[in-house]
Amino acid sequence: MSKALKLTYILIVLALLVLPLVVVAAVSLNGPQTLRFPPVEPSLHWYARLFTDSEWLVPLRHSLTIALCAAALAVAIALPLALYVWERRGVAVQLLTGMGLAPFALPPVISALGFMIFWMTVGGYGQIWATIISHGIFLVTLPLVTISLGLRGIDRSLIESARVMGANRWAVMRTVILPLLLPYIVSGYAFAFVLSLNEYIIAYMVAGFTVETLPVKIFNALRYGYTPILAVVSVLFVVMSALIFGLIGRFGNLPRLMGAERSQRD
Amino acid sequence: MSATVTETSAPRWLGLWPAAMLMLFFLVPFAIMLAVSVAHRDQSGFYEWGFELDSYARFMSGFFAKVMAVSLSVSLSAAAICVAIAFPFTVFLAQMSNRTQTLVLVVLLSVLALSEVIIGFALSTLLSQTAGIGNLFHWLGLIAEPQAYTPSLFALITGLCYIGFPFAVLVLYPPVSRLDPEIVEAARVMGASGPRAFFGVIVPSLRGAIVGAFILVFVFTLGSYLLPQLLGRSEDWTLSVHITDQAVYQSNLPFAAAMSIFLMLVALALVGLASLAGRDRGAAA
Repeated sequence: MSKALKLTYILIVLALLVLPLVVVAAVSLNGPQTLRFPPVEPSLHWYARLFTDSEWLVPLRHSLTIALCAAALAVAIALPLALYVWERRGVAVQLLTGMGLAPFALPPVISALGFMIFWMTVGGYGQIWATIISHGIFLVTLPLVTISLGLRGIDRSLIESARVMGANRWAVMRTVILPLLLPYIVSGYAFAFVLSLNEYIIAYMVAGFTVETLPVKIFNALRYGYTPILAVVSVLFVVMSALIFGLIGRFGNLPRLMGAERSQRD
Repeated sequence: MSATVTETSAPRWLGLWPAAMLMLFFLVPFAIMLAVSVAHRDQSGFYEWGFELDSYARFMSGFFAKVMAVSLSVSLSAAAICVAIAFPFTVFLAQMSNRTQTLVLVVLLSVLALSEVIIGFALSTLLSQTAGIGNLFHWLGLIAEPQAYTPSLFALITGLCYIGFPFAVLVLYPPVSRLDPEIVEAARVMGASGPRAFFGVIVPSLRGAIVGAFILVFVFTLGSYLLPQLLGRSEDWTLSVHITDQAVYQSNLPFAAAMSIFLMLVALALVGLASLAGRDRGAAA
C-alpha cells in the first residue's frame, strides 16, 4: 500500500471523528433558539450569553476551580510516588504503583460510587473540596505515568557526576532531577487538568446537586431541551483541549509521551 | 541499574505521603463500599450496617441477567469495531513522520478527553432530524422525509465507537511503534505483497497487543455512563447506568455497591487477562 493511500485512510477516519464537532460548531451560530444545520440567522450572541449569564458562569467557575486544584493535588501525590518507586523494588513498591494506576483503569462509575459513599460516611458530601480530592485521587495516574516516563529517560551518569562533585541528595534533586522532570510534570498537570474539566460521573455523584460543574450543567440542561448555548460550551471545551494538547505537542515530544520508544524519523 | 549505587536519589520517607493519601481516599472508600454492599437497606434512603447477602442475591434475577447481556453485547460490538478500524490506523500512523504523528495524536487526545456529555450531545445533534445526516440523505433523495436516528441501539454503538476509537489507537500505539520495521521490509524483499505482509507478518507479530487492546477497549466502553442515556433507549441502559440509578434515584446504596463490586471484579479479571495477552507477544517472538 502506498504512503498516499495510508494517509488517506488516516484522514478519512479523522474526518469522521471531527464531523460531529464541526456540526456542533455550526449549530452554535444559530440566531434563534434552535439547532439547525446549516444555521439560520447566524449570530454570536449565544457566545456572549455564556460569559454574562450567571446560570453558566457559576458552573464554569466551579469547573475551573476544581480542575486547577485537583490537577495540582494529583501532581503533588504522583511526583513523590514516582520518585519513591523509581530506584526501588519490592512488594511495597508494587502495591503503591498499583494503587496509583488502579483508579484510572477501572470503570469510573466504581470510583464514583466509592467516593460518594465515603463522603456520605465521613462528611463532605456535596462540598466542593470533596470533589477536588476525589478528582485528585482519580487522576493521579496521569502525572504518575508521565513523570515515571521522564525518570526513565534520565541519564544516571549525570546523577553520579553530580554526586562525585560533592552534591548531596537534596542538591542532586534540586539541580539535576527536578529540572529534567519539569516538562513531564507540566504535561502530567495538563492532562489531569483537561480530564478533570471534562469529568462527569464523579463530580455528579460526589456533589452534583450542590456544586454544578459544566458537564453536570450541560447534562441537566439537555433534559430541558437543546439550545445553541450547549453547542457553545462544547466548542469551548473542544478548543481548550486542542489548545492544551497542541501546546504539549509543540513543546514536548508527544509520540514519546504516548509510549513510542523506537527512534523517530522526520 | 548498577550495583554500585549505594544511595537512592529519593529518601524513603517520601513514599509516606502518597501512600497515606491513596490509602485514605482510595482503599478506605473501597472498604466502605464493600461493607455497604452487605449492609441492610433502609427504606428511608440509607442503610444499616449488618451482614446479609440480599443485594448479591438480586444478581440471580432476570432483570440483572438482561442488563448484563445488554452491557456485554453492546460493549463487545463496539470494542470489535474500534479495534478493527484502529489497528490499521495505528500501523499506518507509526510509519508517518514525527510531525504528522504529533498532529494526529493531538486530535485523538482532544477527542478522548472530551466529556461524554459533549460527545453525546454532538452525536445526537448529528443524528437528529433538524441538523443531521437524515437531512443530508433527504437532500440526496435517498429518503423521503428527514429522519432522526437517535435514540437507538445504532446511535449508542456509534457513540461507544466514537469514544473507544482514540482509546484503542493510544493503547495500540506503543507496541505498534516498537515493531521493528525491518521485519516488514524483509517480508517485502522476499516478495510478499503489501496486504500479504500486513496480514502475514504485522498482524501475527502483534496478536497479543491486539487482544490486549480489544479487552481494554471493552472495559473502557463498559464504563460508559452517559452515552446509553443520551443515545440509547431505556432498554439499552448498561450496568454503569443502573449503578448510578440505584445509588442516586432509587436510594438503594447496598444494591448499587454490590453491582459495583461485581463490575470491578469483571473489569479486574479482564484487565489481568489483557496484560497476560500483551506479555505473550514477547515470549512468542
